[in-house]
Amino acid sequence: MTPFEQSDPLLSVRALEKQFEGKGGMFGKKRAVRAVDDISFDVGRGETVGLVGESGCGKTTVGRLVLHLLEPSGGEVRFNGQNLQTLDAGVLRSMRQHMQIIFQDPLGALNPRMSVGELIMEPLVIHGVGDAVARQKRLSQLLGQVGLATYHAARFPHEFSGGQRQRICIARALALNPSFIVCDEAASALDVSIQAQILNLLQDLKHELGLTYLFISHDLGVIRHISDRVAVMYLGKIVEIGTKHEIFDTPQHPYTVALLRSAPSRNRGKTRYAAIKGDLPNPANPPSGCRFHTRCPIAQPICKQQEPPLAETAAGQRAACHFPGTLAP
Amino acid sequence: MSIAATFSSPAPASDFSGEPLLEVQNLRVSFGKLQVVDGISFTLRQGEVLGIVGESGSGKSVSALALLRLLPPNAQVTADRLMLGGEDLLSAKESRYESLRGSQIAMIFQEPMTALNPVLSVGHQIVETIRRHNKVGRREARDRAVAALRRVGIPAAEQRFNEYPHQMSGGMRQRVMIAMALACGPRVLIADEPTTALDVTIQAQILELLQDLQDEYQMGTIMITHDLGVVSSFADRVLVMYAGQVVEDAPAAELFARPGHPYTEGLLASIPSSLQDVERLYAIPGSVPPPFDLPSGCRFEPRCTYSRPPCRAARPWLMPFQPHHEAACIRNHGYHFPASEEVAP
Repeated sequence: MTPFEQSDPLLSVRALEKQFEGKGGMFGKKRAVRAVDDISFDVGRGETVGLVGESGCGKTTVGRLVLHLLEPSGGEVRFNGQNLQTLDAGVLRSMRQHMQIIFQDPLGALNPRMSVGELIMEPLVIHGVGDAVARQKRLSQLLGQVGLATYHAARFPHEFSGGQRQRICIARALALNPSFIVCDEAASALDVSIQAQILNLLQDLKHELGLTYLFISHDLGVIRHISDRVAVMYLGKIVEIGTKHEIFDTPQHPYTVALLRSAPSRNRGKTRYAAIKGDLPNPANPPSGCRFHTRCPIAQPICKQQEPPLAETAAGQRAACHFPGTLAP
Repeated sequence: MSIAATFSSPAPASDFSGEPLLEVQNLRVSFGKLQVVDGISFTLRQGEVLGIVGESGSGKSVSALALLRLLPPNAQVTADRLMLGGEDLLSAKESRYESLRGSQIAMIFQEPMTALNPVLSVGHQIVETIRRHNKVGRREARDRAVAALRRVGIPAAEQRFNEYPHQMSGGMRQRVMIAMALACGPRVLIADEPTTALDVTIQAQILELLQDLQDEYQMGTIMITHDLGVVSSFADRVLVMYAGQVVEDAPAAELFARPGHPYTEGLLASIPSSLQDVERLYAIPGSVPPPFDLPSGCRFEPRCTYSRPPCRAARPWLMPFQPHHEAACIRNHGYHFPASEEVAP
């Protein structure tokens, strides 16, 4: 049992589902895309859960769903014990103070016509927190917390570098004292030396302010570094979930193994890649049975017919595979 | 099998044996008053993979485009020496460059969707390249193009020949780019962030393919990337660029085991690894200076933890650090600029 298996988790997701209506073309039949299909996990108080997977696996959709920025097609999201779907709009809105999101592209997330000060104070204004004096005080406090100076408040987003812009987004996300933040590829668009600054800042803020993160990334190194627990997604499903060390040291699902083998690492030296074959299937038309069977090096006939449940393995973590642990990392 | 057998007519590879394939000395690129590449030098031999790493704005892509004379007219490119095989590229006419590009030096770009023509079938585009550089008929060019598509691992190459770029996945499009780049058997291949836009498992497939082709055809390859992991697994030698300059030049294994420049050291310590835990990442303070506001001494000095007053006095050049390993840092020399004869090769 990890310290984060709490009886009262901050976020609890059960059988979460999201379907998007497909376009289907002018004459084609409309086809729904199941972007997220029957996903369940908890995020404990003070925990960082990493969500990793390739494009189209549904990780970003999960991030939007848990904040109720998207309406789920099925299942439930409980935040602090309350089911977000049953709340009326006013309560949900005040609930949003406690849950925030940081996006990948800070320039796209910041209104170019607003000064940094206005941007950071906007959430306070919207939620009617404090008077002008109190907001100014909070503003300089926030700027300090994210490593910006007070004089930056009068400037505009275009005057800043990518790393500084992400600091502005972080200050904005922190303005209302949230307890939970979804970080959606929050450091992915930055150069490595700046990425390290932002990752360190996020970790420091977590300890200082007792934050809880859902950290979404495609970068395995970043996920290992920042997460306590990790969920691996493939085509709308969680295929493996466990502690960081369970996932990285003794991966049980062949897709997790393939991901880890594919990640280029400077620690290995000149090596040959032995990539798994095939392209990612179209999420609108996922394979039958286990969704990974079309690319899996250890697939058996049963994998094509029966979908394996996400079940506890001998190694401790849960994996959705008929033959967990067969493929060595 | 020679590169010619699959991809093109025989290329006279013998005149490069032991000789450098590509020699670049003191390459500089500026746009007006802004100098974005400031004196880079290297030699590339047959079969060698040279990695060029750096963050955005370090000048790595601009250097590659300058080699191919693909920069816009407002770029001023100068060099002391620029040789491809025995041929002086500095005095080469534009018409000569046109025939060199694609046949002798080829390039793969990061985004195949923008590099490929969306209104022509992929097969047509490869045939076009082949016929431009070789006197062959349509039928033979088509056969070669199909063979090239097959060689880069495109299933049902005969049918995919007629498809358009938008009908293919990102990984397949990058395979098409590679087939096109290699269709005429170039001696030098420049790959600019060839896998950056791809998902991890697809990136591994493309790197595996490039490794196979490299082994088979022994080109001289320049791999430009921001990803030290990719460089580590692929390159024989690495140039590290910072603010338009090469700050370190080392065999790949050496560079990762014993970085000789504080910038390289900082970069290595700032990347989280999927193989091991670190308590806290090292973060290089500050950010890269813009080309209009460069420090007069060492360009990395304002961000360097080892900085001392002499570092601000003059700009360090590449100095010997280990055998075959140079770094532009005076810390390795007791914070003294070595006399010039000491640093002669």
